[in-house]
Amino acid sequence: MDNIILETRGLTKRYGGVHALEDANFILRKGEHVAVVGDNGAGKSTFVRQITAVEQKTAGQIFFDGKEVNFEGPLQAREAGIETVFQTLALADDLDVPSNLFLGREMFKFRFGPFSILDRKAMRERTLEALKTTAVKIPNVDNPIRNMSGGQRQCVSIARTAAFASKLVIMDEPTAALGVQETAQVENIIRGLKEREVPLILISHNLRQVIDLVDRIVVFRRGRIVASLNKDETDGNDIVSYITGVKGAEAATV
Amino acid sequence: MSQVTHGLGGLKYDPAKRTRPQELNVFVALVLIVATFEILGRVLMGDSFLLNTRDNVDTLFNEQRLQIIVLQVSIVGIIALGVTQVIISGGIDLSSGSIVGATAMIAMSFAQVAMVNGNPNPKAIFGDWAMDLPVIVPLLVGLGCGILAGFVNGALIAYTRIPPFIATLGMMVTARGLSKWWSKGNPISFPTESYAAIGKGMMPVVIFVVLALLFHCIMTYTKYGKHCYAIGSNEQAARMSGINTEHHKVLVYVIAGALAALAAVVLSSKNLTAQAGMGVMYELDAIAMAVIGGVSLQGGRGSILGTCLGALIFGVIISGFTFLKLDAYYQEMVKGIIIVAAVVLDQWRQKGRARG
Repeated sequence: MDNIILETRGLTKRYGGVHALEDANFILRKGEHVAVVGDNGAGKSTFVRQITAVEQKTAGQIFFDGKEVNFEGPLQAREAGIETVFQTLALADDLDVPSNLFLGREMFKFRFGPFSILDRKAMRERTLEALKTTAVKIPNVDNPIRNMSGGQRQCVSIARTAAFASKLVIMDEPTAALGVQETAQVENIIRGLKEREVPLILISHNLRQVIDLVDRIVVFRRGRIVASLNKDETDGNDIVSYITGVKGAEAATV
Repeated sequence: MSQVTHGLGGLKYDPAKRTRPQELNVFVALVLIVATFEILGRVLMGDSFLLNTRDNVDTLFNEQRLQIIVLQVSIVGIIALGVTQVIISGGIDLSSGSIVGATAMIAMSFAQVAMVNGNPNPKAIFGDWAMDLPVIVPLLVGLGCGILAGFVNGALIAYTRIPPFIATLGMMVTARGLSKWWSKGNPISFPTESYAAIGKGMMPVVIFVVLALLFHCIMTYTKYGKHCYAIGSNEQAARMSGINTEHHKVLVYVIAGALAALAAVVLSSKNLTAQAGMGVMYELDAIAMAVIGGVSLQGGRGSILGTCLGALIFGVIISGFTFLKLDAYYQEMVKGIIIVAAVVLDQWRQKGRARG
């Protein structure tokens, strides 16, 4: 139990009659990078939304960092140390980069309830630092991110996650909308997380990327986990046959 | 371009592409409008719009006109400050004009003098207990009304999730009804001297400027301001980032209500009377000032400085039309056109930027 950062037991989510996620048993060890793959509607995003408490699970248990947790919302999950890059960008387009990085966790010069005075200089400095460590290149951090390309914005979103990552990072298709160069940047951030031994759950459709980056691949099919494959013991064809249901008709436990 | 310290990797920083501050455009518009009136004045009236032309006074500008320009927009300007932060956070407030009416009636009821020229106050609302109260009483009662109305607005919007347009429209009608019911349509007059001092002379302008500075700082330097922009820009993102958007919205509307109430106190004090019809259309004037000043109705963009410039444009236009001896009808028509033009310009700017 000691080296396990996240475990789910029998995690289930139903939307009305739709079984989006059935009895998911999942283990993530400290420092481990795991990819979650599967076809559209296989339950990958649903799985993540239960862990980050964006939605409330129907049944099952989640253990995080050695304790059972029941987060009431994404904020609690984040406070516990789970940082997430969502599929839809969680950025405010009219704010500049530091404001977005520190949105909801601003630094203050002087505290006075809602009218606390922001420490803009410190936030800007920490932003530049964070961008440096994550190797994200942003032309001008003081511009509203509205004026940036989709890739740059995604990088801001990921830099925000990586910069504050404490115990677990979750990325939901972080490179789906990105160009080649930007994808490479994001992959570098992920490798940086591996070096810092920050555990990661990566949802991706890109099998090349997945095999390249992570230690283990968990396959979802029709709301169930059907396989957990070590990177060294599998290849693209193997994964695809699990995704499409050629292999692993019965649910696997990790 | 040696200042490019953090721009590499093919993503070059082009200073020419930096967004020009919105306020600069508004300021240019203001200057152009003033220049237009100046030229029209010289041509049509043979007189200067802003400069002093009287021999017996030794000043560069026509100070009287300058005073009127700021004085006539200062009270609606106070409301516009509140409306600005509402619009920036993605909402709208149609109730401020009616809150002015209701608050003016209620506050004035606690600001009356007992005796007028040796006779009992003919407009008395309450008995002797409410007469000759210290000025703090009507002030606090007024603020309380505004805060309460704002709280109802905010709570409705945040917790029942009805559109702000509907919630504040309801408050607009309700508060207007309340202000008519309060004294059965009768005006309330004869305030105490200390109450009358609040809006005397140029006091409305002083109050407006102080509040504008305060709210400029709040919107620029505090967490509250930052979260207004964040919520107006992307509410879902704000919520996912852990901002309590419900609490924030309630606070936004409470502050808007409080500012409308303050405007009501200043207005009723300045006029020495409160009437049920006070503040009609003020909500739209306030929204117009914000919009002209570059506050985007889609939320997330704009500033207090912009709204102040918008208010000045408003004041200049009204004064300019009076100066050119044009009928008030034209004023309203032109006002309407300017509001629409400001929004159209805003849309165009958005389109120009939308390319990602």
